[in-house]
Amino acid sequence: MYAFDIERPATLAEAVAALSNEDAQALGGGQTLIPTLKQRLASPEKLISLTGVAEMKGISSSGGVLTIGGGVTHGEVASDGSYKALSDLASNIGDPAVRNRGTIGGSVANNDPSACYPAAALASGATIVTNAREIAADDFFVGMFETALDEGEIVTAVKFPIPEKANYQKFVQPASRFALVGVFVAKTADGVRVAVTGASNEGVHRWSAAEEALSKDFSAKALDGLSVSADDLIADLHGSAEYRAHLVAVMTKRAVEAAA
Amino acid sequence: MTKVTMTINGKAVSGEVEGRTLLSSFLREDLHLTGTHIGCDTSQCGACVVHVDGKAVKSCTMFAAEANGATVATIEGQANEDGSLNVIQAAFQEHHGLQCGFCTPGMVMSAAALLKDNPKPSVSEVREYLEGNICRCTGYHNIVKAIMAASGQDVSAIAAE
Repeated sequence: MYAFDIERPATLAEAVAALSNEDAQALGGGQTLIPTLKQRLASPEKLISLTGVAEMKGISSSGGVLTIGGGVTHGEVASDGSYKALSDLASNIGDPAVRNRGTIGGSVANNDPSACYPAAALASGATIVTNAREIAADDFFVGMFETALDEGEIVTAVKFPIPEKANYQKFVQPASRFALVGVFVAKTADGVRVAVTGASNEGVHRWSAAEEALSKDFSAKALDGLSVSADDLIADLHGSAEYRAHLVAVMTKRAVEAAA
Repeated sequence: MTKVTMTINGKAVSGEVEGRTLLSSFLREDLHLTGTHIGCDTSQCGACVVHVDGKAVKSCTMFAAEANGATVATIEGQANEDGSLNVIQAAFQEHHGLQCGFCTPGMVMSAAALLKDNPKPSVSEVREYLEGNICRCTGYHNIVKAIMAASGQDVSAIAAE
């Protein structure tokens, strides 16, 4: 690997100060960034490791909202269990060793178009908390690998209102184990939200036609006849855009049937 | 260069590392603990699995500087105090859970992490837990059998396939 410096601040204030250097890059659990550095797809001069920041650890629940620190690993979310659909999702990211390092803050900040967490955040109507502000998930995920984060801004926590019913269904890309298509469905008193990952060149997005139908009748039957346009969906050797469009409808039905 | 100090297999160790030094490189090249293998260097194969503060991690996908202050366990620390194989290692030998042996350090470390959290796993739980450990020789069957045996469960019903 090319040479760079690494700093490991112990507090959020120190991390924010260190990231004010324009050549610095935040490092979460590193399960995406370190392979990226090895391939030289990114080459920051300085990495600011966030794994020592105590303020970004821990999971707490209050008033029906689950707050997960940005530095919390997938493994910790998987074993938490207070938002079952979210813990189930976390337990199927990568493999056990990856889950022991990868963090929720890193995942949402990276906004990989095939990552699982963005679908959970968007469908749950989560709030992304940073060192500077709070951003609704609807405004946070801007496009493929793009978020509303400013330079040097750190995801310190993600707040999930726990829905009445929810489920995530992931059709696994057999080589990478990322979502070829993943659908998160969340039902609350205000209606149903459906978020799709893995399918679109625009990254994670909501499927509004399905949300309308499911808000009237929360059953797989309510989705009969609904389909997704293949326009602007991802097409690669693992699946055509049409195949992904078909999978979106199938995985949404499965998520509704499994929602609890 | 940054100074790092950590406890590895019960011994306090310190060294000077660059920012880019991976934990796997620090273990192998600086400390000569070459039992931790680097199979792919892309976090897929699991030959480099070690425990950091009790959790299985891929040491090729973590910087040595991030392990500063941590407690690390590697394959070199797995044997019993008298040098004999521990229960997992002995089960790998007994059930022929290895052939070329390259993936074995990672397999044993992953198995140890699994059995700590789940002392009596089912066969499917073992297979699921090994998702991030690749073996190109055995077809996994005897690895799974060895881990089941190490957990004290009867493996006579696990037929060779």
